Amino acid sequence: MSDKSVYVQDLTRGIVRENPVFKLLLGLCPVLGVTAFFINGVGMGIAATAVLVASNVVISSLKKFIPPQVRIPCFIVVIATFVTVIDMVLEAFQPALHEALGIFVPLIVVNCVILGRAEAFAGKQPVIRSLIDGIGVGIGFTLALGILAFVREVAGHGTLMGPDPESAVYLFGPGFEPMGLFAQPPGAFIALGLLLGIFNVIFKKLNIK
Amino acid sequence: MERLLAIIFIYILVDNFVLQRFLGICPFIGVSRKMETAIGMSMAVIFVMTMATLVTWILNTFVLVPYELEYLQIVTFILVIASLVQLVETALRKISPTLYQGLGIFLPLITTNCAIMGVALLAVREEFTFVEAVVFGIAASIGFSLALVIMAGIRERLEMAKIPEALQGSAITLITAGILSLAFLGFSGMLTL
Repeated sequence: MSDKSVYVQDLTRGIVRENPVFKLLLGLCPVLGVTAFFINGVGMGIAATAVLVASNVVISSLKKFIPPQVRIPCFIVVIATFVTVIDMVLEAFQPALHEALGIFVPLIVVNCVILGRAEAFAGKQPVIRSLIDGIGVGIGFTLALGILAFVREVAGHGTLMGPDPESAVYLFGPGFEPMGLFAQPPGAFIALGLLLGIFNVIFKKLNIK
Repeated sequence: MERLLAIIFIYILVDNFVLQRFLGICPFIGVSRKMETAIGMSMAVIFVMTMATLVTWILNTFVLVPYELEYLQIVTFILVIASLVQLVETALRKISPTLYQGLGIFLPLITTNCAIMGVALLAVREEFTFVEAVVFGIAASIGFSLALVIMAGIRERLEMAKIPEALQGSAITLITAGILSLAFLGFSGMLTL
């Protein structure tokens, strides 16, 4: 296999075949917790992607110096450092988003997607491949958050690009009565469960195992 | 005293960590297949979560805040939790091998349980006093266990049920969790701090 096709595979694997949310069910806490609005969901996805890419690159370049017995604590420190950076960046430049994501920003540190990629991929593979893998899985994660948040916001609030009333687009006119359930915690579970069911059918039709 | 009782009631039922706050979803989905493992995981979480709240609260109040090192919170807390889990594991293996057999496999999983990290961070953010923080840790972990055990009971019965093909596996689990969460929503607004 040529170099190029390996890279392409690294990139696409995380998006469909091993999508962290729809296929592997990893990192579900932020997936359910911040997806009441589309902007928050995508913002969370981008923040997690940034941490994932950075930690994948650093861990991959340090893999020769990390003794295998203490690799997990080492990985966690690297990830925690980048989470702190992202936390400060968000607080400085996107205070509204930082406020909306709340405790889920520092909780990126215990997101199993990131530690999982460090353990399964970046700790063994060369830097370039780890970088591409990070980007691929990050896109897959952001995509999943985006889809769920889109469904929940449209059904639960009848808007897009909320919660800020200035940017919110009302999709159904003033007489629309939104399904409040989807904006609330139970709706997150139910919407994700239904989406998983739909994706099961789609994956089966397309023969993606 | 009244405030402590309120904390207990709120974090077990009203603001349940799993069903209303979405913390600790991974173990909630992952180990709720059998009642036995659910109870084992619950015990391990109650123990580690209480200890973690206690230790991180002390560290935060007496080390991080006086020296203005709050920006190190995330790194410190996760390291404390990881080493605490390791410590508990080693201690259990020496002191009580039978208990270790039961809880052993769950302990490493707990490091990446966001409920533990969440409890430590929330105890700081809500500006709880020491006693309140410890009670908060206990109540949150009991809330977690309650949700986990109920879920395990339902899933054992779901094994027998006829489920549409597309929804088999995790999809039906999530929908069940949604309905359970809906039931807990009945407590919302009953009490606030």
